[in-house]
Amino acid sequence: MTPELVCPAGTPAGLRTAVDAGAHAVYCGYRDETNARNFPGLNFDRGEMQDGIAYAHAKGARVFVAINTFMRAGATAMWKRAVDDAVAAKADALILADAALVAHAHEAYPAQRLHLSVQAAAATPEAIAFYRERFAIKRVVLPRVLTVEEVARLTAAARPCETEVFVFGGLCVMAEGRCLLSSYATGKSPNMNGVCSPPSHVAYNEDEAGALTAALGGFTIERFAPGEPAGYPTLCKGRFCAQGETSHLFEDPVSLNAMALLPKLAEAGVAAFKIEGRQRGRAYVASVVRTFREALDAMDAGRAPDPAALEALMEGGRDTAGAYRKAWR
Amino acid sequence: MSAPLELALGPVLFNWPAQKWFDFYARVADEAPVERVYLGEVVCSKRQPFREQTLSLVAERLARAGKEVVYSTLALPTTRGEIEAIGAMIAAGRTLEANDIATVHLLEGRPHAVGPFLNIYNEEALALHLKLGATRVCLPPELPLAQIALLARGNSAVEVFAFGRVPLALSARCYHARARGLGKVACQFVCEADPDGLGVTTLDGQPFLAVNGIQTMGYSVVAAVRQARELAKAGVAALRLSPQSCDMIRVARLFRDLLDGHIAEQEAIEILEALPLPGPLSDGFLRGLAGVRLLHERGE
Repeated sequence: MTPELVCPAGTPAGLRTAVDAGAHAVYCGYRDETNARNFPGLNFDRGEMQDGIAYAHAKGARVFVAINTFMRAGATAMWKRAVDDAVAAKADALILADAALVAHAHEAYPAQRLHLSVQAAAATPEAIAFYRERFAIKRVVLPRVLTVEEVARLTAAARPCETEVFVFGGLCVMAEGRCLLSSYATGKSPNMNGVCSPPSHVAYNEDEAGALTAALGGFTIERFAPGEPAGYPTLCKGRFCAQGETSHLFEDPVSLNAMALLPKLAEAGVAAFKIEGRQRGRAYVASVVRTFREALDAMDAGRAPDPAALEALMEGGRDTAGAYRKAWR
Repeated sequence: MSAPLELALGPVLFNWPAQKWFDFYARVADEAPVERVYLGEVVCSKRQPFREQTLSLVAERLARAGKEVVYSTLALPTTRGEIEAIGAMIAAGRTLEANDIATVHLLEGRPHAVGPFLNIYNEEALALHLKLGATRVCLPPELPLAQIALLARGNSAVEVFAFGRVPLALSARCYHARARGLGKVACQFVCEADPDGLGVTTLDGQPFLAVNGIQTMGYSVVAAVRQARELAKAGVAALRLSPQSCDMIRVARLFRDLLDGHIAEQEAIEILEALPLPGPLSDGFLRGLAGVRLLHERGE
């Protein structure tokens, strides 16, 4: 069976855009610290979530609600309320990361479908078994650090739990949910605040010659020549110096594009392809979703997807198949 | 009054040459005022074979010296071989520190410790892990003091990362190898050249991070000097001192003296700063600020 396409919905309008463009499912979160894309201007209030889910259901699409940060000590009620409200709004699945929240949701709503967020960093059969055997999770979103062969082995070992893999968008090079880089540099934490390399801590500085530097939390981590398009200074994609050499030490400022690998990943048995980018604009989401949906429909009809179809969308035209190819390591 | 706060020596996170590693633990057994010692490789399984022969010798020696020995395990086990090696350690009856949820699964409820690489941020996650057999839990190093205090309430299981370069991230990729233009498979063990990790600076030459194989750490050295007594008062069971290449016996004595009220905070800071540390002292995480914030930096 061809995997389903799971698409980002950063806003109610974004949800409608993704659904209309052919998403089989969308994922979104509440406007607070309970989800890992807690950016200003994004996400859903309670009413918007209900309306969004109703809209998607009317069009035959499913909605997954991401409650995928880690509960704060002394304030766990906020995360449990998000679970209650998402269940009441008829979410098709909850995407959770905190083992204690998974346990709570499983106990309070045994019939509710639970997905394990990539933030839970379950990358081995044993890690997946931990959540499947104890809390009956139905799907695990795999980290972006695995090769296609590893994805195939994991998918086989995870059954009856399904696997979902990222195929397009931002690329985390660190094990997700286990990265404190942003917290170290800015005090804003993906795990605790749902924020990574936040815009509030970014500063651009132009010198007399027109060269631009970008700093995050006061640390200068990127430099652009005059006229060169300036990218966003995400910590792990920055330029650093080690041993007298300046380089993109952790990862080049590239995006993940696994379009060419879709048939292999489908063969590996994954249940869903995920597109990253809840922070993206509607035009971007519409074209990416449409392009991927066309590729999946082509696969359904026995044809290969066209990898060139996405070229226009790539940031600076640079993309990578990431860890899916072993040489990446 | 709760039980006196223990000192625990964390696992050596760096790739120290076998002899240096062996000599270090000999000194720890003889001289270090620590109650508990974590032993074993956390970062990269390729480093393990060099120490495997001496591991049980070292463990025996530490146990004879009255230390509680706990075997640390990989933070990011990926291959079949790595998982099976952890299974073999469990089968051999060793007391483990789990650093990945897969290891917790393999332990099947046996008593164990949990290291700082698992996401235990709240009282319910802590309770879950205690129910699963954890008897000691080193909390994620980014937690501020106020939340640590909430978690330490009503149990004697909480350990806090209190000294050393702080672990920040793990990757499938080896950055030590990448920094030298090599891949992870044919890495030539270049990480052995950096006993405290490889320093990473910004484009302005500002010290920022350190690379240790697949692990990324802070450049600064965490030192919970100003928080040590507060942590003890909050009911924290142990402070974890993470080995650096400086004199760790001196570091352990200093924290013991500080906790026992024999020296003042300022004196402790001066002693630490006189050591050949790989970076300046920081305590931002404990203060609820960016982790990079130094002891000497005031305010929000």
